[in-house]
Amino acid sequence: MHEVSLMSSTLGIALEYASRQGAQKIHRLKMRVGEQSGVVPEALEFAFDVVTQGTIAEGANLEVEKIPVICYCLNCKQEFQPDTLFYECPECHELSTEVRCGREIELTSLEVS
Amino acid sequence: MCKDCGCSKVGEIGIHSHAGAKEHEHEHGHAHEHGHAHGHGHAHGHGHAHEQGHAHEHGHAHGHEHEHEQGHEQGHEHGHEHGHEHGHHHHHSNGNGRKMVEIGLSILDKNDRLAERNRGYFMAKGLLVLNVVSSPGSGKTAFLERTVKNSANRLKIGVIVGDLETENDAVRLRGAGAQAVQITTGTVCHLEAEMVARAAGKLPLDELDVLVIENVGNLVCPAAYDLGENLRVVLLSVTEGEDKPLKYTTMFKTADAVIVSKIDIAEVVGFDREKALSNIRRVAPQATIFEVSARTGAGMENWQRYLQEKLSEINQQSSFVSI
Repeated sequence: MHEVSLMSSTLGIALEYASRQGAQKIHRLKMRVGEQSGVVPEALEFAFDVVTQGTIAEGANLEVEKIPVICYCLNCKQEFQPDTLFYECPECHELSTEVRCGREIELTSLEVS
Repeated sequence: MCKDCGCSKVGEIGIHSHAGAKEHEHEHGHAHEHGHAHGHGHAHGHGHAHEQGHAHEHGHAHGHEHEHEQGHEQGHEHGHEHGHEHGHHHHHSNGNGRKMVEIGLSILDKNDRLAERNRGYFMAKGLLVLNVVSSPGSGKTAFLERTVKNSANRLKIGVIVGDLETENDAVRLRGAGAQAVQITTGTVCHLEAEMVARAAGKLPLDELDVLVIENVGNLVCPAAYDLGENLRVVLLSVTEGEDKPLKYTTMFKTADAVIVSKIDIAEVVGFDREKALSNIRRVAPQATIFEVSARTGAGMENWQRYLQEKLSEINQQSSFVSI
């Protein structure tokens, strides 16, 4: 799902932050990608190599942390991690509509110099 | 590739407000534009459906980046979350001359902010806003034509339609009695908040009750792009199979309403209704389900009632805001 375009947006944000720091080189980018975001981390990695060519991020390491879906059961008042695409509480088997995390597509941090 | 936002889009995005009158731009989906047809008295940041006490900036001009400091509560009506921290950034040094810069921004942050801006603007106008998505050919336009016709004398509906090419859908919707603006994206496979903001500027929003955005036919890409809607409506037709929700979970999990369309031919195509409904409920427990035929009108009254209800809710919410 647009991983190249998403990675270009990511790089754009990274370059802006790097330039605010007066950085000459980006060595590492850390991202957090949720399981339910629709984004495929492997495709991001592929896109990363492509879009960073000729920029100060060329050759940088991309670390993508996969964030699992965590739901909240309103019945049991506790969080759970579903293991299928049906967000069923393991205790009471109610389907949860409260997703606490797992949808993010985040640029978390950079390592620059 | 566009080096500003990195989109790989070439060609023009057109906004057509009536047959023949087309505004051309080379477009990337950014907030560049300064000469908007937006009215200037608009109350950005007022009238949010989130908690009161938001200190939104008001002084910002269109097209400028601004730092969005507030921590949003996600008390939206629609089924998807942003889950992002807004970046205040700080940094710390490692020992080796390298510095770590904390960012914590959604990479769709730009679109998300524009979507929130849209949301606030539409709320201040007392509009109920829908984002209607589906695969190509599921019957979005026919469904909306029927909705518009049924709403004559009840609701004033404006539509923004997105397609890669042609103005056909906007023409059909005008024929049904709606004010309609067509966005032709050229190659872009989904609508984004900025396109919607521009197209909305061509509609007489003050005269409308409901703004419907008919997205580009695509069950994948539009999922991540908030347009500023109140309700995300996912349509699937009986010809697409009962397992559609299992195949496109990301999209279905963002749905506030799911419309099963073309029910008049369900039997002929061997549609397993129970299985489909079960799949929808299990993947999208948050969604209200409607089964309709735009052709025969079956199920459309329920949908009409739902729209009316949702509009009342919006109007109640906007009455809490002083402008």
